[in-house]
Amino acid sequence: MTDLYTKDHEWVRAEGDLYVVGISAHAAEQLGDVVFVELPEAGKTFTKGDDMAVVESVKAASDVYAPISGEIVEVNAAVVAEPAKINEDAMGAAWFVKIKPSNASEIDALMDEAAYKEFAENS
Amino acid sequence: MTVNPQAPPTFTGNKALQIEEALSFEIGGFDRTGVDFPPAEDRPNRLGGLGRDSDIGLPGLSEPETMRHFVRLSQKNYAIDMGPFPLGSCTMKHNPRLNEKIARLPGFADLHPLAPQACAQGALELIDTLAFWLKELTGMPAVAMSPKAGAHGELCGMMAIKAAIDARGEGDKRTRVLAPESAHGTNPATAVQCGFTVEEIPGDATGRVDLAALKEKLGDDVAAIMVTNPNTCGLFERDIRAIADAVHEAGGYFYCDGANFNAIAGKVKPGDLGVDAMHINLHKTFSTPHGGGGPGAGPTVLAQALAPYAPAPYVVRQDGEYHLVETPSAESFGRLTAFHGQMGMFTRALSYMMSHGVDGIRQVAEDAVLNANYVLARLKGEMTPAFEGYCMHEALFDDRFLKDTGVETIDFAKAMIDEGYHPMTMYFPLVVHGAMLIEPTESESKRELDLFCDALLSLAKRAKAGAAEAFKAAPVYSPRRRLDETAAARKPVLRWTPAKAAE
Repeated sequence: MTDLYTKDHEWVRAEGDLYVVGISAHAAEQLGDVVFVELPEAGKTFTKGDDMAVVESVKAASDVYAPISGEIVEVNAAVVAEPAKINEDAMGAAWFVKIKPSNASEIDALMDEAAYKEFAENS
Repeated sequence: MTVNPQAPPTFTGNKALQIEEALSFEIGGFDRTGVDFPPAEDRPNRLGGLGRDSDIGLPGLSEPETMRHFVRLSQKNYAIDMGPFPLGSCTMKHNPRLNEKIARLPGFADLHPLAPQACAQGALELIDTLAFWLKELTGMPAVAMSPKAGAHGELCGMMAIKAAIDARGEGDKRTRVLAPESAHGTNPATAVQCGFTVEEIPGDATGRVDLAALKEKLGDDVAAIMVTNPNTCGLFERDIRAIADAVHEAGGYFYCDGANFNAIAGKVKPGDLGVDAMHINLHKTFSTPHGGGGPGAGPTVLAQALAPYAPAPYVVRQDGEYHLVETPSAESFGRLTAFHGQMGMFTRALSYMMSHGVDGIRQVAEDAVLNANYVLARLKGEMTPAFEGYCMHEALFDDRFLKDTGVETIDFAKAMIDEGYHPMTMYFPLVVHGAMLIEPTESESKRELDLFCDALLSLAKRAKAGAAEAFKAAPVYSPRRRLDETAAARKPVLRWTPAKAAE
């Protein structure tokens, strides 16, 4: 199980032929206590880079972008009901959506964990 | 000053002049009232079964209890009349008492909005005179006076832009609006409200719009660009003419967010910068009270290209008489408000303008910029400015100076409360890490600024000396300590319920 990352602090993880998406632990820490999450509906399609979700913390409201193009297959209702999960387990239980990719080669453009760690430290 | 750490608790919970105050529901009774009504005459009930079948449930208090309740609550509040209010982007300047005197003249204060126009000539003339000077100061040919806040003015300007684009037959084609990543949140919200999609323009290393990146995003599907100048980093957009030209060349309009007009009023006319529409916050630049002290007002100036689409009503002068034109023209996008705008703010804003004169307004802008640069210069030894160079009306710092101290921006702000200050704007603009945006305004004297800067310098030094624990505990001296903002946002309790009171 390899985690990949975007420059906008989303993580992507392969699960069968789907990709699970969430925001990174680093992003969650920077945001502070998350108080609200808005996720897209299942069935919606996005192009890589589109606004896909919104995360609101006590500090700021931030857009979450689609890390790859594709269709939303499943949405994590639990994280909407309990946004605190993002601060507790951003990389696990607080996943946002599962995407069926329309262009799987987009995955190649994402960063691996080491590259993201370096990117996050220097941004 | 020494504080006795063993200050004993008091029986009442009060601390001298800091008086604890319960909710009106908790101190009031349901069996009494501060007003005695004569018994109702015996009349037939005409409510047709729609009469209330239970008690209304509002607590009754006597007149002195009511007065004390609200005065005590007001004393827990911070106000511009108490001290500096350095909220960046908000322009919390002094509200001159002359404004209040003029606004209370019975001819203005007691006028009914539906009074016959023949009885309201003075009020209509005042609206027209204020409109004239707003157009004069901005170099724009038209102004819509009815918007009631900054964001409402944005809506007015963007609706005029939408109407102009629709009139050109390009409504389906021009669907994108561009806004810098440092924009006020209301900019993208307004654009979306008008049916546009919003794209961010990245900033450059100096904190300004990246002109090359903007040009790349322009095209025949761009309706408008929304830019604040000076921007939310407190910096003048030096490329503003080039930005305007590029947008116009691409067939789009230039909306300028006028929230920071205070820094340039009397110095620069936005019309000369190529602006097509801009709102003016009377409650910032023209000193009318806001932030809990009164309603806003956001008159919106329009260039010739957008003037035909302005909303009704508006005032015209004809044969020596003033008329309020209530019927929108065929091209107008319609009507934003029931009446003609915030009359009480118009009287205050014109009073401010007249008492300052054009040279005075110019000096206001100069002093506001001077004060901000004084704060920047005094603090930059201990705190870290977000960008190099001079600022305009507000000084922006990031949290690099707090790195590895364990103190965060929010802790620093809370510690300012103990020093007797309202904190600066925090965590905005979003493009700056742990942002602290300080706008002193022209109202503060050098003595006041020095005390403020000394207090911040002392806090910065304490933070670096390893006082993280004390910062995390702040504020100590406020009526309430650190509130749980997270719980308030996640599980808001918005309504008092009797069951809770019984607990």
